[in-house]
Formats: sequence, structure tokens, C-alpha cells
Amino acid sequence: MKENAELRNEREFPSGKSGQGVGARLPRKEDDRLMRGRGQYVGDIRLAGLQDVAFVRSPLAHARIRGIHVPEAYRGSVFTAADLVGIKPIRAVSGLPGFKISEQPVLATGKVRQVGELVAMCLAPTRAEAEDIAASVTLDLEELPAITDMLKAREPGSALVHEHWGDNVFLETSYEVDISAALDAPIKVTREISTARQCMSPLEGRGVVATFDPRLDQLTLHSAAQMPHITRSGLAECLGMEEGQIRVISPDVGGGFGHKGILLPEEVCLSWLTMRCGHPVRWLEDRREHLVASSNCREHHYKITVYANSDGMLRGIDCEATVDSGAYSSYPFSACLEAAQVASILPGPYKMPAYRCRTFSVATNKCPILPYRGVARTGVCFALELMLDLVAAEAGLEPGEVRLRNLVLPEQMPFDNITKKHFDSGDYPQAMRRALAAIDLDAIRARQKRGEADARRIGVGVSIYCEQAAHGTSVYSGWGIPMVPGHEQASARLTPDGGLELRVGVHSHGQGMETTLAQVAHEILGVDVAKVRIILGDTAMTPYSTGTWGSRSMVMAGGAVASACRELGERARRIGAKLLQHDPAAVVLQNGEVRGVNGSVSLGAIAHTWYRRPQDLPADVDPGGLEVTQGYKPVRDSGSFSYAAHAAVVAVDPDLGEVEILDYVIVEDGGVLVNPLVVDGQIYGGLAQGIGTALYEEMLFDASGQPLATTLADYLLPGPTEVPAARLDHMETPSPYTQFGVKGIGEGGAIAPPAAIANAVNDALRPLGVALMQSPLTPHRIVEAVLAARAAERSAA
Amino acid sequence: MKPAPFAYERPRDLDAALSLLAASRGSTKIIAGGQSLGPMLNLRLVQPELIVDISGLAELKLAQVSGNELVLGALVTHADIEDGRTADVTRGAMRNVAANIAYRAVRNRGTIGGSLSHADPAADWVSALAALGARVKLRTLAGARTLAVEAFVVGALEPALHVGEIVEAIHVPTRTASSHWGYAKSCRKTGEFARAIGAVLVDPADASARVVIGAIDTAPIVVTDARELFGGQIAADYKQRFDVRVADALLAKAGIDDAAQRHIHVSVLKRAVLEAAA
Repeated sequence: MKENAELRNEREFPSGKSGQGVGARLPRKEDDRLMRGRGQYVGDIRLAGLQDVAFVRSPLAHARIRGIHVPEAYRGSVFTAADLVGIKPIRAVSGLPGFKISEQPVLATGKVRQVGELVAMCLAPTRAEAEDIAASVTLDLEELPAITDMLKAREPGSALVHEHWGDNVFLETSYEVDISAALDAPIKVTREISTARQCMSPLEGRGVVATFDPRLDQLTLHSAAQMPHITRSGLAECLGMEEGQIRVISPDVGGGFGHKGILLPEEVCLSWLTMRCGHPVRWLEDRREHLVASSNCREHHYKITVYANSDGMLRGIDCEATVDSGAYSSYPFSACLEAAQVASILPGPYKMPAYRCRTFSVATNKCPILPYRGVARTGVCFALELMLDLVAAEAGLEPGEVRLRNLVLPEQMPFDNITKKHFDSGDYPQAMRRALAAIDLDAIRARQKRGEADARRIGVGVSIYCEQAAHGTSVYSGWGIPMVPGHEQASARLTPDGGLELRVGVHSHGQGMETTLAQVAHEILGVDVAKVRIILGDTAMTPYSTGTWGSRSMVMAGGAVASACRELGERARRIGAKLLQHDPAAVVLQNGEVRGVNGSVSLGAIAHTWYRRPQDLPADVDPGGLEVTQGYKPVRDSGSFSYAAHAAVVAVDPDLGEVEILDYVIVEDGGVLVNPLVVDGQIYGGLAQGIGTALYEEMLFDASGQPLATTLADYLLPGPTEVPAARLDHMETPSPYTQFGVKGIGEGGAIAPPAAIANAVNDALRPLGVALMQSPLTPHRIVEAVLAARAAERSAA
Repeated sequence: MKPAPFAYERPRDLDAALSLLAASRGSTKIIAGGQSLGPMLNLRLVQPELIVDISGLAELKLAQVSGNELVLGALVTHADIEDGRTADVTRGAMRNVAANIAYRAVRNRGTIGGSLSHADPAADWVSALAALGARVKLRTLAGARTLAVEAFVVGALEPALHVGEIVEAIHVPTRTASSHWGYAKSCRKTGEFARAIGAVLVDPADASARVVIGAIDTAPIVVTDARELFGGQIAADYKQRFDVRVADALLAKAGIDDAAQRHIHVSVLKRAVLEAAA
């Protein structure tokens, strides 16, 4: 950890002594309510006259709607698309050339294109009664051939999800740098690799409570949402209302991960319904709706060739990537973000002279795909890192050594890689070396030679990735999607008693922003974090923001809070100078006080004077006051690049296919850490999700497009006994472009585990001739591969 | 995920419960611990008109040794057995099985009679009790009958219950001192239903063996005379004589076409044999 200390000491933080500023390992302030069960989620909201909604959802993946029959008794409690006059469909367009537009009606019209698509909305005093009504509605559907296989969907003659397109491809992109230069490489490995379709599975599902206030002429939508301002913009477009007529409140949110980053048809439906029926209405997503009808993620397919010299040096990568985007383009990220991103991020932190990647975003009769923690990076890391292990085997090298030979070097920073991704800082080889040392590679190799008493096989695997975070206007304007992040703003207000209120447009759904943003404020103003209140999740109370996604909140909202607090501190300092009867140039703000040679005056006293005793202020005081809104954008908005090397040791039972993770090491560099405790929590949580991707989570569909996992007995999530006590090591290479040198780290934990674990399993089974290229690595897939390898060996013998 | 409307009765004694069952028209479901029925109701997979809650029937909570067997009331919970609150005639076999059913919250409420009545082929008792040679006592207003566990579980989620009939008790024979017991299962994760179960009761002293392969898509494969699995005879060297090909053929005959699935089942059964012999 010596290197850490050196890096940290390069920077000076004025509040270092107080233990509350940037770098302090503070317990989370919000946990006092959350851990006592006192959080307030959408499901906790009670409004007078509230009624519940249950939806009639399509039982078929692809069908024409011939009729919707509502029993006489329930007319008036059931609403269909025919009722929603003037409501526009959800459109999430990309400006990338060739993008085909899907229109998602909030209640189905004409066709249904996925199981679970909303067809009718049923209203009753309780959810159970609403479900009774929904069960009584019958649909007359003409079933159409379901498109469930994204590769077949690309073939000519496939049935079509959106007939007028002529094919099923939302978007095709390509990126090439001189691939012909790689073709004569002595090592050439080609494989097909795929990752399963997953459900994001936050503890809290989506939920909506909508109500209309005639006095304010305002719709209030309470929604478990990561991006309330974007939700409001999307709602206004669909409902044909002014943004000022809509207030979106996102209270405590129990996990987002991307699942809560889209505009829901349910949000539009309930907004319309409360205005139609004149009382508050509620819909809470249940677990079955989440599994079968909501949104999915992660389903990638790669056909990939890696070229290398015999010493393991990469010569190039040639890849064709396909992503199953589902039936509709979701607002605001669109159906193409995931696949098109693959082309630009596949090379990762590796140097190579040649590269080609084509990508396809394919429409199928499944839920729309959303960017899930790590977005395309988890699939990309899985594909490339599995391939590098095959290159290592061809070259006769340790997998770690192949990485070390190809990773970008610290002296090359800042570094533009082959797809022009701009790496701000970091020492990737050091992270890999530390991980290899911590996992004790030599000891594992010795243990493998000895063998195990229980006949299991031991394997070790590594992976490394980079996580571009908080990338802004210059990156997103090119996508041409409905949302482009610009300057982030924060409001800071000193209260008359010396407290600090901060208003930010990002949200917090487990990230601990109420603590970390308070630490940033403390860093600048010296206000005790206990006296800092963070106000977020309400469009009426916070500055416009694209919200919390893309690991951007600490960089962007943290930067904005720092800017606002600096300006506020400057105003307080000038008032303080007046009170101390000093020249403003002769006083400083330190530890929550304005100090001069004559003495000091606290921020609390300055605030009290400003608000309560203006008679004590001189006539020429700056009238601006102690409330400011300031904006922030990093010096470069191409993103901060955090990264980590992961190393896993597994024991594999080749007869049962069971995998046990024996040891797991993560060496993470997230730049300067505002709160290492919070960062640790982010990494542990991400690791759990990465283990889910690696070993458990998979939403399968039958040929007719029926989702096969409808409860958590079938859709397996890792639990406490499946997540090992990982060992974390931090490096801290500051970003040169951000406030304090911070980097976004929210997603990284979920990116590398599938690759590290799969590489470890393959390492364990390599002597048997087994290499698995598909996640999750289920017992059945493992045993199937072992049996196939044994059969191949027998037929060869 | 809310149940369809149903009527609810909670009788105070077995006769009252049986009368309700006899009088009911249309669909009736009995609820005890509710660990399987609860989710099925919420998912509307079952929509009974009447639910008879038998959790108040004291006579179904009794557990006593009677002669050469243990009689466990249907309402005895997995946790009762795990914690040793009931007598044991299986030399710890049942206690170990109980301790590994799902997780503790399920074991606290789930009952042995409910588990058998639900007849999920992946449930532990369905396989373990068949291997132990247990019998199920069934009662209606008209009288009682007794079935071997393997005769009671006729298919997946398909118990041999007649209309108006209830599982009253489980009769578990005393395990002989010379017998060996092995029980193994493979679960995707802690607390999940097994995807393969092997249960073995071998008595080299009287050259007998019962073998169960459970957690398949249908009722478990119960081999009451398992000599063929051990090369035609049961003796002290049964571990060495265990024949995986015979086990594999049993699974193929039961309709399991997938070779990897059969391999996992056979491997789990082999572990049960090794455990018995250990």
C-alpha cells in the first residue's frame, strides 16, 4: 500500500484533519434511516383516495390484436389504447445513420411484440381486485411467428418485428483500422462467445404513484426512477403537456442499475389515468412483471478473431457483435447504445495496431434491452478476456503475462487507444501485477500439480477492464439520442443557523450520495457533514440533470457541489471580512470559519447575520446572498477511466458442474476516492451481480417467445453464500481532468467477474480439453462440455 | 401477484377438517405451512374456491414411537425434526435431511405432510422417505388407508390423494443397526430445490438395499430391491460394485434423454453410495 500513500500525498486537502472531507471513510448518513427500515419508497406513499392498477399484458410474444373483450360489469374500470386519445407513443430515436425507429405505444395498438406488453389498464380499490378485473378481460389474438433468436432474425426471410422496416436490424455500425495488417499473424484464434439475457433485479421493482393537483395545474408522478428530470421531459412529450405542469418525485430508491433509467409506458399510462379519473393511482411492479414483462439486459453474441505474434503481442482484433435489443427502443438510451458501444470499447486498455468491428442491434419479440451496470462492458470484457486466455495458451504463456505485454503503460498516459478512447491516467500493469501477487499465482499452480483429495479441479483466472465514466457532451452528442449531458449544476444554500442545503439533479439509489456529496461540501466549506442536507430526486427542488447513470454522479454532481460551495464560500468570506472589518483580501475561509488577523467568524454567524440581522451588515455588502447555483464540466468531458484487475480461484466439480469460488481479489483504481468505504460497497455489490452473470442469471425463452423463468426459483440470483469475501486493494491515480482527481466507479464491480470466473473455470478444465464460451457457466453446460471432451478424446484414441 | 378470491376455514379438529373437505364442492386446497401453496396462490397457478387451514389441528402435530416405527403427524415441521424435537428412529438420517431443506425460514413453517402432499419431485422428503421405506397414512371421514411413500407420489405434483382425503401421519420404520444410509443432492445455490437427489439405504447384513433417484421431472425412481445396481448382490463391498451403467439406464428408461442431466444424477447417486459406505 506504499504506492497508495505516495499518490494520496501528492494532493493536499485542507480538511484532512477533520476526517470528514474527500478521502474520509465515513459511514453513510442515509443508512440511519435505510438500515432501520425507515426509508420512504414509492410503495410507502399513501395518498387519500389512492386506487391500484393492474395491467392486462400480452400472453403472446407476437400477435395481431383482433379484439379486447371487457365484461360488462367492469366497463369503466378498464382502459385500452382506444381511450388514450392524444397520448403519443414512446419514441427513442438515435441520430446515427441508418437507425430505424420503433414506436412503443403505451398500451398496445394493432400488434403486441413481446410477452408482457401492456394491453389494458384495470383500476380497483386494491391490487388484488384490479388483478381480478385483469383476469376477466379476454384477448382475441392472432398469433404471429415469434422472433427469438437474434442471429436468425438477421437472416433474410425472417419474420419481422416491425414490418415496415423490411428487416429486423435497428442499426448496423462498423469501425475499422487497417485490419489487413493483422492477417498474417502467426497466432489466430476464432470463437463464438455469448452472454445470456438477464433481468436487472433491484430489490425494489419499479413503482408509480400519480396524482394531479388542480390548484397548481400540476401532475405529480412519484416514481422509482434514476433520472427524474429525463422522465419529466419524456412524459411531457408523450402527454403533450408543458414540463412545468409535471413534477416528478423519486423518493428513496432500492437499487437502479439501469432498470430505473427509462421512461416506462406505465408512467405515461398512470399519468393519463389520474387526470382522467381525478384521484391518485398506483402501480407497483411485482417480481413476475419484472422477470417477464419489464426490460432485460446483457444478451450479446460475438464472432471474434484475435491475431497475435508468437510472443503474445496483439496484432489485431476482428469482431462481429450482435445484441438482442428486444422489441422497442427505450427512452432515452435507445436500442442501439449497447451494440454500437461494443465497437468503440472492445479494445479496452490494450494496445494493438489493427482493429475491425461490425455491430448489429437486432429487434426481437422480447423485452427491450436496457443498459445494465457496466452496460456493454461486461459482455466486451467477457469476450476479449476469454480470447486472451486462448492466445496465452497458443503462445505458451501465463494469461497474466499476455495482459502485461499488451496493456497500455503508465508512461503512455494520457493515451488514445485504437478507437480514440482517451485514457486519462492509470497504471494498468501495476493493477494486474498486484492482483497476480495477491492471488498467489505460483501457489495455485503448485496446488494444481498436486491435485485435490475430493477430485475437484482448481483453476485461476484473471481479467482487467477500463470503465469510462461521466463522459459528457462530446461523447453523447454523436449518438443523437434524446438525452445529451451538458454542464451539471448544483445549488448550495446556507441556512440561517449555519446548516448547508445542497440541491442536485442526480439521484442516489444505493450509491451513498447523501454522504459523499456532503463530504465534498465539507472539503470546501468545512461545514460538519451532519449539518449538510442533500436534496435530490425531485424536479421541483433540484436543477435539471440527466440524472444518475454512467457512473457520472460523483464526477459531475460532486464537481458541481464543489463549484457551488466555492462560490458560496467566497460570498461568505466577503461578508465575513466586513464583519471582521478587514479587507476581503486579508481573510481566508478555513474549517468553517472566516479568519483574519483580528479573529474569526463562523459560517453560522455569517448566515445568522445575513438572514436575521441585516442591520449589522454594512451598506455596501454584496446583495447576492448565501444561495448559489453553479455549473460544472470537467476539463475534458471524454470521461474518467477507472479500472480494475480481478483474479479468481475456483474449484470445479467436473461431474456435477458445480463451481465454488475459493478466493477473489480485486485491485481497483478509481482515482481519488471520496469515501473508500462507499467505494468498497459499490465494488462488493457489483461483484455479486458479476457472479450472477458468470454463474447463475439467465432468462431463457422457448421458440414461441415465452420467457421460461417467471419466479426467482427459476431465475437464480446469487445469495450471501454464493458471494465470497473478496479481498480489495485500492490504487489511487488521480484523473487530471476532474475535481479532486475523482473518477466514476459505480459500475466496475459488475464488469470483470464473468470473465475472471470463466477464465478460472476454463483453467481448471483445460487439461480435460474444455473451454466454455457462454455465460452463465451453469452446471449443465459444464458437464455437457466435459462429456463432449471425454467423447472426443475417446474417438481420437 | 395476488391470489384470486377464495373462502377460508380454520377447523379446530381433524373431524371438522374432514367434514369441510367432504362437504366442499368444486376445488378445495388444504394449507398447512403454505411454503409451496402460498406462492402458487399468489401466482394464480391454483385458484381454489375454499382453503382449509389445518394448522390448528393439534392431533396432527404429534410425534411418537409406536412399536417398530415412528409416527409423525403431518404438521410436524422440518425444523421440529432438524432440532430434535421429535423422536428419531433413523439414527440421524432424517435430522440431516431436514437440516438441509431449503433454508431456515422455510423449515420453520414447512411441514412434512405438506411437502409429501405437494409431491414436488425435487423435495427432499419425497425421496428420503421413500428410501427409508416410510408409509403415508391417509384419512377421510369414511376411514383410513396406508400407502408406501413411493406409491403415494405418483407423478410430479401428483399425490395419490382422493377427494376429501388428507395426509394424517407418516410412519417411518426403525432403521436397523446394521444398515448404512447415504443422502446426497446437488443444488444450484444454497436453499434452492435440488436438481439431483440420491438416497441409499443399504443393509449388507441382510443383503438388501433401497435406492432412490430423485429430483427428476416425474416421480422419483424408487428401487426397492437394488441388487442390480450393485452387480446382482448386496455385500460389504457394495461401494466397489456400484454400477453407474445400470443407474444411467434407469434414468434413460425414465425418459431423461439429456446425457449431461443423467450424468449429474448418476454422479449424485454415486456420492450417496460413497457416503453410505464411509
